[in-house]
Amino acid sequence: MESAIQQSLVTMISGPVVQARPAHRFSMNEMVEIGDERLVGEVISLDEDLATIQVYEDTTGLRPGADVYAKGLPLYVELGPGLMGEIFDGVQRPLKVLRGKWGDFIRRGKTGTALPRDRVWQFTPSVKPGVMVSPGEILGEVPESQLITHRILVPPGVQGILERILPKGDYTLDDVIAAIRSPSDKIHELKLFHRWPVRKIRPYRERLVPSEPLITGQRVIDTFFPLARGGTAAIPGGFGTGKTVAQHQLSKWADADIIVYIGCGERGNEMTGVLVDLPKLLDPRTRRPLIERTILIANTSDMPVAAREASIYTGITIAEYYRDMGYDVALMADSTSRWAEALREISGRLEEMPAEEGFPAYLASRLAAFYERAGQVVSLAGKKGSVTLIGAVSPPGGDFSEPVTMHTKRFVQCFWALDKELASARYFPAINYLQSYSAYISMVEPWWTEKVGSTWKTLREKTINILHEDSRLQNIVKLLGEEALPDDQKRIVEGARLIKNDFLQQSAFDPVDTYAGPEKQFLLLDVILHFIDRLADVVKARIPLFRAMELPVVAEIHRLKFTRRGDDPAPFRSIKERIDKEINALLHRQDSL
Amino acid sequence: METVTGPAMKGALEYIGLDRISGPLVVISGVKGVGFGEAVEIVPSDGRSRQGRILSISEDVAVVEVFEGTSGLAQPTTRVRFLGRPFEITVTKEEVLGRIFDGLGRPLDGGPVPFRGERRNINGLPINPVARAYPQDFIQTGISAIDGMNTLVRGQKLPIFSGSGLPHNELAAQIVRQARLLTEDEGFAVIFGAMGVRHDEAETFRRSFEESGVLKNVAMFLNLADDPTVERLITPRIALTVAEYLAFEQGMHVLVILTDMTNYCEALREVATSKGEVPSRKGYPGYLYSDLASIYERAGHIIDRQGSITQIAILTMPDDDITHPIPDLTGYITEGQIVLDRSLAQRGIYPPINVLPSLSRLMSDGIGEERTRKDHGNLASQLYAAYARARQVQRLASIIGEEDLSATDKLYLTFAREFHKRFLQQGTDENRTITRTLELGWELVMLLPEQELTRLKPEEIDQYGTYPDTCNQK
Ligand SMILES: Nc1ncnc2c1ncn2[C@@H]1O[C@H](COP(=O)(O)OP(=O)(O)O)[C@@H](O)[C@H]1O
Ligand SMILES: [Mg+2]
Repeated sequence: MESAIQQSLVTMISGPVVQARPAHRFSMNEMVEIGDERLVGEVISLDEDLATIQVYEDTTGLRPGADVYAKGLPLYVELGPGLMGEIFDGVQRPLKVLRGKWGDFIRRGKTGTALPRDRVWQFTPSVKPGVMVSPGEILGEVPESQLITHRILVPPGVQGILERILPKGDYTLDDVIAAIRSPSDKIHELKLFHRWPVRKIRPYRERLVPSEPLITGQRVIDTFFPLARGGTAAIPGGFGTGKTVAQHQLSKWADADIIVYIGCGERGNEMTGVLVDLPKLLDPRTRRPLIERTILIANTSDMPVAAREASIYTGITIAEYYRDMGYDVALMADSTSRWAEALREISGRLEEMPAEEGFPAYLASRLAAFYERAGQVVSLAGKKGSVTLIGAVSPPGGDFSEPVTMHTKRFVQCFWALDKELASARYFPAINYLQSYSAYISMVEPWWTEKVGSTWKTLREKTINILHEDSRLQNIVKLLGEEALPDDQKRIVEGARLIKNDFLQQSAFDPVDTYAGPEKQFLLLDVILHFIDRLADVVKARIPLFRAMELPVVAEIHRLKFTRRGDDPAPFRSIKERIDKEINALLHRQDSL
Repeated sequence: METVTGPAMKGALEYIGLDRISGPLVVISGVKGVGFGEAVEIVPSDGRSRQGRILSISEDVAVVEVFEGTSGLAQPTTRVRFLGRPFEITVTKEEVLGRIFDGLGRPLDGGPVPFRGERRNINGLPINPVARAYPQDFIQTGISAIDGMNTLVRGQKLPIFSGSGLPHNELAAQIVRQARLLTEDEGFAVIFGAMGVRHDEAETFRRSFEESGVLKNVAMFLNLADDPTVERLITPRIALTVAEYLAFEQGMHVLVILTDMTNYCEALREVATSKGEVPSRKGYPGYLYSDLASIYERAGHIIDRQGSITQIAILTMPDDDITHPIPDLTGYITEGQIVLDRSLAQRGIYPPINVLPSLSRLMSDGIGEERTRKDHGNLASQLYAAYARARQVQRLASIIGEEDLSATDKLYLTFAREFHKRFLQQGTDENRTITRTLELGWELVMLLPEQELTRLKPEEIDQYGTYPDTCNQK
């Protein structure tokens, strides 16, 4: 695989960019190893006689004249059992193994394989020798974690007669578990894992139109700006507005089968936080630790910048692989801006012509290609699976008119705009409901009305109208004060305040509030809107609104989100009854005066 | 070009003559066998050697940044020694604590050059995220706006965003004096890295360390305002290399103060411009984020290791603009920020911390039952909500006048005034306990009617809140 004859040699080093000559022995996007330490890199441009290579490790000390070894393969990942619950760096080096080998700090150089070769997996075949098998077909199963059954697939591009397959038993990744004779009489030996180039989308049979919501347990998202399985979403926001907490919340509570979380150029402690939390938290559906369905990719901001560029592709390729087994996968990338900046840095070192703000002209097409890899599909084996993509965006100065935010907006269907002012009042999630949108509302509506509540649509629309009316009134309030409003308008302002405080606002750190299932979301909103409806009677009776806001039941409404999980509708019903009782009493007292 | 391999410097290659001098950079051609990022010694004819580092290297041309600047270098006579290793510093405990060094780690106090210790690459290595221990030990600073609303924890990187002329130095010095991390613990150290600060500022810090009796646990690395600018790229890395050794190998709790990061960033821009790089925002290089991260991420805790590095970087926001790339990119990397505000300072409030844009991202794990108190989180959240609303009411009052405000809005005005006067305002020597800070917080929120306290739980109000007798709202 490695060409040792007539080496190519390094001619130039500038940070993560290295050039080598002669170039004819390399192909575009080929993986290479450089120098005695075998630093891993990828060929990113080929020019007459010069190959330009981005290096995924620190290049300090590298000298012109160092050998460059062509690996004969494009940058790839290993796909097979052993991914689940693990944490890898941007080029799939296993970080736990690295720690065992080098200690607490990350060094560079050769590291062995991404997936462990010594671990034994129990394989159960599901097909018999002699049958025709096609690409993507399932050959058997391996229990990968308590939660996830790993389906062993015929790699895309391989088909033919299954010549032999091993019986049920314990095997390592190095064992040949099956052999396929192709129509051209070529024998493909298959193992429990295969390799796949990260920059190449994995094939599927058919793309479906997303129709089911991906429930995140976050009220403002699920009820107002819902995400669909196989959909795309962006979370833009200045620093401290809640992008990472939102991504963490989604990785904990989204009802996907599998989560791929990419920490792309962000803080080390945030990855540590995930590693600490996930083994302790239980999946609300399966009651198993969430780590058993999660794969982490970490290229923290102090790790090499070129591997940051690769980390996004490493993550999405793994996500597609599980999709092909028939799973719903949700991928979070925090932050796609750091990936775009890595592109910019490499491009700058190549002295390419910059477009907007120094970003290369191909920024938009790279972003488009990334989000294009989301989708709900029928896999080659005929299974339904999906990849949902949620990318954080970190606009400089919090200004959404910058290139990464602008281009991302063109390619995503959900836009959850975070707002600095809300965040500074510690109003979380700081999703600005006037600027945010979701293109999936009409697609997921049937699901909500059938599964959760038949009045979901009206409830939701009523709420949105109140919020919009309120934001119009706030312009007056800002100039004249709330006192200047007539009582019917005050009702809108008070109503909107209830919606904001008791529904939209949701604490990630409260043990109960952190997750709200669809039923709870519906019941809670129903209670709040009932109260707002009844306020209309108070206004009609010309009772000052503050009297209604002082009713004891208001405090009960405030408490609901912190105390109830929504599995039992009774407490919500009884609060509605109390609302009626207390409002009626108020009206009655007025009458008898 | 002539090659003379000096016998005194084993493994070093020496060349005479520079091809080109451009700003802080020199270009040398015909060099062989030198590596990217390695250290260089530049010796002008006066024999006073300067230090530098290889920024890029091609087959035979090396571009070198000279930390002490290029002024006075003569093209034909300057000697260049390629040291064949990265820029390094000797790490020791005994020979650095209680001492003062220049920005490149050379003694300024007349003492000996530290030599009893290993030499370490000043760039350090990234901490494996798997090896990090999540920081969660509360540090009481005695400052209400920090302890109550933007809590600092051991191993955090929490910078101060300031403006020129604002009392960031006083605040940092007060934190050093009061932080319980220091006074209760024997194994502590303060590493002070100054980049382009005035002599009197550095002296103020030194005196403050001396007065609080911690000087013997302090090492100062000073690049002062009149010192070479490019040297500033090295100073924080030296400081952090020493800090890492003390924290992770000597088990000490280390507080690193870096000031002023704005000067650091300007030095970085100067080098980038000299290289003719394509700039991104405001002339700063596109890799400013990654470069700053390589400094700020060198904070934290490691599993099974005793010590920790807590980082307080100080930066002055150009034009008080928090969206300027320097504070902006810093805020994207650090675990929060303490933001000083000119209008508060002008009203005589010390410390003039604007809590709204301030943030401690590690707060939620460092507070609560068993750490501070169980109501801490909700109380802080309520203070934020109330103060944000109070600021809006202040704006409204400036339009329609106080008289026409609703009764509730008037209470918010009172809240704002009392918040500034009693909670924010404190003396430079006033060291409040966390209990006192929380008490003050409760006194403030209880100025408001109970319906307004939506962030607090009724049982918390029952337990900690008592309404002032004079204006009973119930
Ligand atoms: N849903 C939430 N509930 C409670 N606090 C939150 C929530 N979202 C964000 N925060 C607070 O805001 C801080 C910053 O959020 P983070 O997600 O780290 O911001 P970003 O990634 O946008 O810089 C967090 O440390 C936390 O204190
Ligand atoms: Mg973040």
